[in-house]
Amino acid sequence: MSGVLVIAEQRRGELRPVSLELIGAAESLRRDGDSVAVALLAPSPGTLIEPLKLAGVDEIVAVKVAASEFDPDTFESAVSALIAERKPDVVLVAHSVDSFGFAAALAAKLGLGFATDVFKVERQDGELVATRGGYGQKVNVEVDFPGRTTVLLALRGNVFKPPEQRGSPLVTEFSAPPVSSRSTGREFVELAATDDVDMTAAEFILTIGRGIGEEAKVAQFKELADAIGATLGCSRPIADAGWLPKSRQVGQSGKTASACKLYIAMGVSGAIQHLAGMKHVATIVAVNSDAEASIFGVAKYGIVGDIFEISEELRRCF
Amino acid sequence: MKIMVAVKQVAALDEDFEIGEDGRDVSEDFLIRDLNEWDDFSLEEAVKIKEASAQAVEVIAVTVAPESADEALRKCLAKGADRALRVWDESAQGSDSIAIARILAAVAKAESVDLVFAGVQSSDHSFASTGIATGALLGWPHAAVVSALDYSPGSKSAVFRRELEGGLLHEVEIQCPAVLTIQLGINTPRYASLRSIKQAAAKPIEVKTLSDLSLGKGDVGASGSHSRVRRMYIPDKSRAELIEGDPAQQAQRLAQIIREFKGDAA
Repeated sequence: MSGVLVIAEQRRGELRPVSLELIGAAESLRRDGDSVAVALLAPSPGTLIEPLKLAGVDEIVAVKVAASEFDPDTFESAVSALIAERKPDVVLVAHSVDSFGFAAALAAKLGLGFATDVFKVERQDGELVATRGGYGQKVNVEVDFPGRTTVLLALRGNVFKPPEQRGSPLVTEFSAPPVSSRSTGREFVELAATDDVDMTAAEFILTIGRGIGEEAKVAQFKELADAIGATLGCSRPIADAGWLPKSRQVGQSGKTASACKLYIAMGVSGAIQHLAGMKHVATIVAVNSDAEASIFGVAKYGIVGDIFEISEELRRCF
Repeated sequence: MKIMVAVKQVAALDEDFEIGEDGRDVSEDFLIRDLNEWDDFSLEEAVKIKEASAQAVEVIAVTVAPESADEALRKCLAKGADRALRVWDESAQGSDSIAIARILAAVAKAESVDLVFAGVQSSDHSFASTGIATGALLGWPHAAVVSALDYSPGSKSAVFRRELEGGLLHEVEIQCPAVLTIQLGINTPRYASLRSIKQAAAKPIEVKTLSDLSLGKGDVGASGSHSRVRRMYIPDKSRAELIEGDPAQQAQRLAQIIREFKGDAA
């Protein structure tokens, strides 16, 4: 086959939504005669393939594997075998924690062209060109893959649109070669809720970041959050420092602030993982003394200024 | 036993930076260098294991970079690395994460290390690939985004938690030797004392060439890389609508946004 192979993701028996976004991207790369195949690796893949039956998918490949959850050896071995058999020219995975664990290994071992955190991909004069960020997202970098017959791209989430129409792809099975895995998954652990806050339900969040400077300043922002009716959240460095419980961390690896509609970020520069985790919020207001902070790139409103002055003035308004 | 910690001197951009003449990178003059934030945590994790161990543990900080990265290595020495090793050759210029991993894997082999740590990613180009590619090239088990680790020197396996999206952790046991990429927050990196900074300044930085590691020029740089930078450019930013005025006026506008939201929500 020449075409696109998409590796879908599942966790704990649920398809991860980013899988559908990969299909959208695959569809945009299709040339005449190309096929788009979506592979799902799971102990019983058949139960999860229904949502993958989208317009543009020619084939869904159910890959039965022994490991119930992501495991690097299982994935590398099965996807290697798939690539050897199908000879796709593009393989798409999500730029996710699971892919962090196997994509680079696969590219290194098989000699694949490789780029991660790709937010734009196209063919220019027949050549595959991927765009990613550089220097903390301050520049865009276009990369290509001279001399590589197969290119593996890890695509950023929440960028590519899943196809809206349903399709009726062929469903096939693929026997992955047996693998003796060198890691063993044990249990999943939910981030301990150390206080009674539920960030996933909060509609209005005031988040503090590194810009607050010291732990002693946390209290005044807590008071401000209470006064304006917001739930106090924080970026990763604040939680890592122990200034606020981990359960208040928002961003990609923190709690998913899925209900959030108004988000005020004070002193949060906007690391890519933080921005990725908050991109869905309708109204983001960023307050930061650094006019170049990445967060101004996703915010609807921005205030370039001192977060302490602004927060004191804001407190007076309530 | 030996723990190798792969580190990188990353670059942040000066406020008014410019792209260089070849259009493929920012001009050197606008780069502000520092040790990658993730590497502080992976170094600390290695030093913690060393300090808790009854048997002798050697922590080696390794980087692939020209001499200018010695500063980052000295920081590692000051924070508890026993040795610092730098590999460089002009032909390694322009190496992508996999070409760098090829060099790191060769160092791990040459040094017969028992465990390799790398940061989950670097703050500048954020490929999140070097550590895992190193694991693959060594043929070792590997795992990414480790946010808690239980390992005693000499043991045949380690137990760790990988940090998944959305506040979920996954506990995994892995056979050793292994390559683990370490996440921020796994520990609290120490500050280097003045005394240790002074001592680090006097310690040697070992320099290796590609041929020391039985690597050729074709293994690194453009020919050893799995991607090539065509163009770097400053994107047209979708910028936030700036709220102007003095702090009081700005805060009033923000209060208005909050009230409008609450009105809608109510």
